[in-house]
Amino acid sequence: MSNPQQLSYSKEHEWLSAAEGGASTVGITEHAANALGDVVFVQLPEVGAEVTAGESCGELESTKSVSELYSPVSGEITEVNQDVVDDPSLVNSEPFEGGWLFKVRVAGQPADLLTADEYTAYIAG
Amino acid sequence: MSSTDAPTPRRTALDALHRSLGATMTDFAGWDMPLRYGSERDEHQAVRTRAGLFDLSHMGEITVTGPDAAALLNHALVGDLASVGVGRARYTMICRADGGILDDLIVYRLAEHEYMVVANASNAQVVLDALTERAAGFDAEVRDDRDAYALLAVQGPESPGILKAVTDADLDGLKYYAGLPGTVAGVPALIARTGYTGEDGFELFVKPEHAPQLWEALMAAGADAGLVPCGLSCRDTLRLEAGMPLYGHELTTELTPFDAGLGRVVKFGKEGDFVGREALTKAAERAEAQPPRVLVGLIAEGRRVPRAGYAVVADGKVIGEVTSGAPSPTLGRPLAIAYVDAAHAAPGSTGVGVDIRGSHEPYEVVALPFYKRAK
Repeated sequence: MSNPQQLSYSKEHEWLSAAEGGASTVGITEHAANALGDVVFVQLPEVGAEVTAGESCGELESTKSVSELYSPVSGEITEVNQDVVDDPSLVNSEPFEGGWLFKVRVAGQPADLLTADEYTAYIAG
Repeated sequence: MSSTDAPTPRRTALDALHRSLGATMTDFAGWDMPLRYGSERDEHQAVRTRAGLFDLSHMGEITVTGPDAAALLNHALVGDLASVGVGRARYTMICRADGGILDDLIVYRLAEHEYMVVANASNAQVVLDALTERAAGFDAEVRDDRDAYALLAVQGPESPGILKAVTDADLDGLKYYAGLPGTVAGVPALIARTGYTGEDGFELFVKPEHAPQLWEALMAAGADAGLVPCGLSCRDTLRLEAGMPLYGHELTTELTPFDAGLGRVVKFGKEGDFVGREALTKAAERAEAQPPRVLVGLIAEGRRVPRAGYAVVADGKVIGEVTSGAPSPTLGRPLAIAYVDAAHAAPGSTGVGVDIRGSHEPYEVVALPFYKRAK
C-alpha cells in the first residue's frame, strides 16, 4: 500500500488534501480502512458544521466495531460525500479517491500533520 | 517479561499458512486466530453460495472413555448422552448445580464406550475441570485432547462435492449431526456433518501435523467450486443469520437453558441424577409460570449496527438487551439477537427500537433464525 505524496496525514489515520477552491478534502487512509474491515455505515458532519482538530465529528461502522471519525483540522464543513453515505464500501475500495468523506474550509494552520513518508514510517513503526 | 503481561497466544498448526495468505489475525480465547483473509463479506457470501474453509483448531476436545462413559456424561451434562447412537452427535450443555450454563457442547459418540466432547475454546478448561471432578466414582477416564486435534471445517452448498473429491468415505450416508472415521486427502480424520454456519458442511478432526496437508488438498479440490479460506469474522455473521447462540453472548452462567429458550436440551426423563437437576426443575417451573425474556431476532430499518449490550427499548423504556449484532451480508441490513420482555417478543411487535449510542433506531421483531437454507 502506498500513501499519496501530495496529501497530509494525521496520527488518527485521516488524510487531508491541499486546499482547492478554499477547502481541503478529508478521508481515512487505506491503512485505517484495512484495519476496520468492511465499512458498513458512515455518519458524517453536516454542511456548515464547525469541526475541531482532533475531535470527533462522525462515526465509521464496520462489521465488528464502531470507530469515531476525527477531523484532522479545524474549520467549517463545506461538503460531504453523499456517495460514501450511500455506499460505505467506497471507504475500503477507494480510500484516497471515491471514498473521501468531507471537505472543510480550514481555519488557521493545521498543526501536527505528517508527510506521506512520515506517515508511512509511523504506521510501520 | 513481567507477570502482568498477557500470555503469548497459542498458534494453530495452520498458523504459517494463515500468515502466508495475508490473514488479519486476532486474539480469541488465548489463541491467535484468523479474523479474515480479505473481505469478511466476500467470505460470508462464499459460504452461503459456494464453500468456505475454516481453521477451528482452538475448539476444545475432551475424550471420555470407559465402561461408565455414558453414565458419567449423563450425570455431568443435561442431555441424555446414553441414548446417542454410535456415530451420532448431539448438541447439549453443561450446567452448574445452580442451573447456570457453563458451556454449550457438541458430543460425538465414537464407540460404545468412547465419546468426544467439543467445548468452546473460551470454556475448554472449565469444561475439562468440571468433567474431571464429576467423574469421581465412575469407571471412566476424562482425557484432555485439546492438543491431539486440529479442526478444519468445510461449509457451504459445494462442500459435499469438494470433500468427495478427497475421500472415499460414504458422505451420502453421513447424516446431519453424525460422524465417522475415514481418510481424507490421505490422512486419518473424524468426519462429522456438523457446523455453525447454517449451511451443509463438514468438520474434520485430524492430527495437528496433518492439518497443513489437509488444508492444501481441500483448497486444491475446491478451487473450481470457489472454495475460499474464511475467518472468525464471517463465522460470526453466518451463525448470527442462522440464529445460533454463542457462548458469552446468548448463553452465560447467569442463565439456565430455560432462560435461553433452550429448555429442550434438558432431559429430566433420563436415568439417574445429574448436576443441576434440582435447580433446573425449578427453572422449568418458573419459566412455565412466568415467561422469561425471550430470545428474538431484530432487523434494522436503518443502517446503524446494534452491538452486544445495547438496550432494546419500547415507549421510552428498556425492554431488553442485544446479545449479538452485525450487518447481515445476506439480508443487507443490520441484525441483532436480543433478549426482550415477553410482551414485546411476538414477531411483528411494533414500536421496538435499539438504543444506538443515544439514538433510538427502529427495529422489526422477527422469529429466529433470520436465514434458513433451502433444502
